[in-house]
Amino acid sequence: MIGLSHFLVVSAALFSFGIMAVFARKNAVNVLMGLELILNSANLNLVAFSRFSAHNLDGQIFAIFVIVVAAAEAAVGLAIVLSMYRILKSVNLDRADTLKG
Amino acid sequence: MNPQILMDLEKLYPELILTAAILCVVIADLAFGRMRRNAAFLSAAAGLALAFVATLPLFGEPRASAFFGVLAVDPMAAFFKCFLILTSFLILLVAPRSKEFSGHHLGEFYALLLAVTLGMLLLASSLDLLMLYLSLEMVSIGSYVLVGYLKSNRSSNEASLKYLLFGSIATGSMLYGFTIVYGLTGTTKIPVIREMLSASSAAGENTLLLFVATVLILAGFGFKTAVAPFHFWCPDVYSGAPTPVTAFLSVAPKAAGFAILIRFFFTGLSNASGADVWTPLSHIPWQQLALVISVITMTLGNIAALRQDNMKRMLAYSSIAHAGYILMGVVVMTEQGLQSVLVYLITYLFMNLGAFLIVIEIFNRTGSFDVNDYRGLYRRSPFLTIAMAVFMLSLMGIPPFAGFFGKLYVFAAAVNKDLAWFAVVGALNSVVAVYYYARVIKAMIIEPSQDTSRLRIPWSSHVMIWLLLLPTVGMMLCWSLIQRLTETSAKLFLG
Repeated sequence: MIGLSHFLVVSAALFSFGIMAVFARKNAVNVLMGLELILNSANLNLVAFSRFSAHNLDGQIFAIFVIVVAAAEAAVGLAIVLSMYRILKSVNLDRADTLKG
Repeated sequence: MNPQILMDLEKLYPELILTAAILCVVIADLAFGRMRRNAAFLSAAAGLALAFVATLPLFGEPRASAFFGVLAVDPMAAFFKCFLILTSFLILLVAPRSKEFSGHHLGEFYALLLAVTLGMLLLASSLDLLMLYLSLEMVSIGSYVLVGYLKSNRSSNEASLKYLLFGSIATGSMLYGFTIVYGLTGTTKIPVIREMLSASSAAGENTLLLFVATVLILAGFGFKTAVAPFHFWCPDVYSGAPTPVTAFLSVAPKAAGFAILIRFFFTGLSNASGADVWTPLSHIPWQQLALVISVITMTLGNIAALRQDNMKRMLAYSSIAHAGYILMGVVVMTEQGLQSVLVYLITYLFMNLGAFLIVIEIFNRTGSFDVNDYRGLYRRSPFLTIAMAVFMLSLMGIPPFAGFFGKLYVFAAAVNKDLAWFAVVGALNSVVAVYYYARVIKAMIIEPSQDTSRLRIPWSSHVMIWLLLLPTVGMMLCWSLIQRLTETSAKLFLG
């Protein structure tokens, strides 16, 4: 029988993978994919809690909104990465190093 | 149609007006060929002015919630709405003055500025985790674009990329924290979360989980308010972004972040014990956490600012330090503390925007943000020098300028809550801060420069600078008004 804890473990793993991807990856597109993982782990949590512990629909409605926000964020993120590619001819984050100090 | 919703709509006039203004700006920008720059600017200005007027009646409303507990209607929300609209209005006036924008079309800038303002208004009054998350993302996504507005400029693009990455991690972690809170309480309404957490024994068993959730949520709020250890984006983004956007980010989202931090932690994770004192729920030590963060933030901000030559980076670290002082007013958890936060924000608005305005005016003429290029400015433009000196002295907290009163209120609130050592740490920090602010004044007045050509300041710049200079200098003359305003505004709807 699959219960709440199974969902929570998967979502915690997704969250960790997301954080890892964001910090370890050099390719900006891979980092954006890591961000999607973080948001989707939260979605999984919301839906699982809504089904198993809260017994109301708040969590599922929340998840739908999060999907929309994730799309908006990805759109803006890709636009910024594209503009970076126009300037640097690369999407490697290590190349973005003019600001420091 | 539910009549309650229609009645609640009346309390949403500022947001509705701003929404209409965004559409007007976009249409005006497309419709009026040659005149479009002015048309977009004027409709944005009119929208903000109307929204400001529409916010004023909200001060008199009784404390309540609207739209089935999604938005709060209380003096605190009304105060922050006025504050945020005023900030955006000042930025709207400042932005076209900057040379960084020359050759760029500003229509979309105005639309984005209004959209971010709309998000901040909702953020300052949201009483539901869903609303909170949506409005926070509305502010964040809008600001990413604003920071990267100079598309072909490498540092602007890089700043925007860094802002996006840090911002998405912070809000993503915050969202994960929200889901845990939702799982433990089964609700997304902040006042109900408090009831569930203080009533059920379930919360007692999950102390560790609640603590993790609190830290994750603090990451999101800490990112918006730029407190340590979530401040790494701040210097890079502030120095890469166009200066008017930097000025905007250093005041408005920070204030909105504090508004929601106060609302979430005071309404959601604390009990009101007595008329004007709160105590955190026993199993969530967020007060100690925030106290440590506050001390680290102000110390780190001030020390890092010491070795900055770039004015924008210096002001970025200075704004981090100021966030530490403001957080101090939150941590004491009294109504006096809340009032001190509001006082600090009012004074900070004028002096910080003023400092950035002078940085813009100097950049327009010398093309540099380096403090070493400020040498000998006294001979080249006494007016700019004196104005900058006033803003720097005010940021230091030297009486009689406005900044002094902000610090005075915050420290007094800490002392009254038996946290005198905390106030001493703050005071010592202000002493450190004197060094880097005074360095700017020294460069301008004492150090000589080869170039002694006079800088020409048009009358419009004079008007703009006086607009920020007068409140900084003259705030103490109408102090009873500020005192009364902040005292009545430091009232939260607690559900």
